[in-house]
Amino acid sequence: MATLNVNIGGLELANPVLTASGTFGYGEEFADLTDINALGGIIVKGTTLAPRQGNPAPRMAETPSGMLNAVGLQNKGVDYFIEHIYPRIAERFSSEIIVNVAGSTIDDYTEVCRRLAPLPRIRAVEINISCPNVKQGGMAFGTTTDGAAEVTRAVRAAWPKTLIMKLSPNVTSIVDIAKAVEAEGADSVSLINTLMGMAIDVKRRRPMLSTITGGLSGPAVKPVAVRMVWQVAKAVGIPVIGLGGISDTNDALEFIMAGATAIEVGTAGFVNPRAAEEIALGLAAYCEENGLKSISEIRGII
Amino acid sequence: MEVDAKKVMRDFAVADVRPMGTYALLEMEGDLPEGIMPGQFVQIEIADSKTTYLRRPISICNVENGRLWLLVRDAGAGTHKLVEARKGDRFNIIMPLGHGFTVPAGKDTRILLAGGGVGVAPLLYLAKTLHDGGICPDIVLGARSKADVLLREEFERYGRLHISTDDGSDGTPGLITANPAWDKEFDAVAVCGPTPMMRAVASICAGRGIPCEVSLENMMACGLGACLCCVEDTKDKGNVCVCTDGPVFNINKLKWQL
Repeated sequence: MATLNVNIGGLELANPVLTASGTFGYGEEFADLTDINALGGIIVKGTTLAPRQGNPAPRMAETPSGMLNAVGLQNKGVDYFIEHIYPRIAERFSSEIIVNVAGSTIDDYTEVCRRLAPLPRIRAVEINISCPNVKQGGMAFGTTTDGAAEVTRAVRAAWPKTLIMKLSPNVTSIVDIAKAVEAEGADSVSLINTLMGMAIDVKRRRPMLSTITGGLSGPAVKPVAVRMVWQVAKAVGIPVIGLGGISDTNDALEFIMAGATAIEVGTAGFVNPRAAEEIALGLAAYCEENGLKSISEIRGII
Repeated sequence: MEVDAKKVMRDFAVADVRPMGTYALLEMEGDLPEGIMPGQFVQIEIADSKTTYLRRPISICNVENGRLWLLVRDAGAGTHKLVEARKGDRFNIIMPLGHGFTVPAGKDTRILLAGGGVGVAPLLYLAKTLHDGGICPDIVLGARSKADVLLREEFERYGRLHISTDDGSDGTPGLITANPAWDKEFDAVAVCGPTPMMRAVASICAGRGIPCEVSLENMMACGLGACLCCVEDTKDKGNVCVCTDGPVFNINKLKWQL
């Protein structure tokens, strides 16, 4: 039996399959339909210091092989998460629970991390410096090396456990950003967040989204994501988590061969709520069929 | 507190198709879950489509003789594939989803169901459920003309049917809000149809002080309450998912200006 175990900057995962923030709720929404505990872990919805109502509707537009969203980080805030959601999911799920943390200011990020730090089942945070759907903060931090470095430095001081920085593809050089966060002590980088996009309803002569622009996800972005993961994995020494349009085992293998240590399944879960579980099973079968002792044997072989 | 029925994801086969112009009624056979409530919906996969990606949310129109009825309007590439489906075609379905209509317990409840277009779909299963519970609902359906009145015979089985048509070719000419069905007193109203119709019905109910439930169809991605794409602004809870808090809402919860 091959091992699917991977280590993300100190965080041991039973297999490399995670669910992407904002696409899997808190796991509970999918629990009737798929075995959450078959996954390496779940990354829960972007969490901010104060509750956020998010953007007005319409927030979603279907596009060829994907979709645009402009949710705008709607969530009930970190205190609600700690008091009401964490106890439920910590009890219910045995797979790792990673919190995606978002903010408008550096202090927002560090304060959310401080409040999460005492929770024993939260062994990693994924810092969202790449959300294209909020006016302040979010992607603004993630589009310059200085901004990304500044957030990483501050959060590193506030968070003693595994620190993953989630990177934006909406930059000139994602490699430079990845190197900058690595230099400030990030344990891992995850990429890519959504690509900025736009769609217009020509009949109504109006944008499809209330915010005009939004984030593109789904199979449409996969080749861009594979390319960026390949570039970043070659340039940094920390583990890379790959995401962007992964729908099946073959897609996951592409990212792993490009250099990803773990992968996240996002938009595909809307169409097939079992996609992540099927990929975890599929990777095990692939190792078996190809005589691999560990999934790591094919990591970064391109 | 009611407990939500467990959701399932299963393949269903088309057992019968009834074409109705730009609509089609699909009767699907498969392993139906227990506890389906009127007003709930399914997420149906449009496999191998080059132009669509997401599932399509479709109201549960009826559950009869172990078959799931889906009334589909040809509104784009995804629903077009459904309308064109043939007997034996298989579709993957996630169900039952969402929070449906209130089914009153009292057999004396006087309830009006108002619908238009594809919005009549969930009202059929509601009418049947009420009928099975000993309530005879009044049903008012709106359509452009006589030929566009959907599921007339089925509705007639479960309640007193009133028709309104734009051209007067059937029933009362004009909008459903002008139908004499409204001359009676009602304890509750359920409406599903185009937004202007639901607003007009909700206005009448607000004026008369009748509880009114509307069924919304905001654009959805997951249908499970995870993506937060289909939100509607509410008075007490702010933005909530139509797919889980709804699609049926009491109009008092919504921030609609009536």
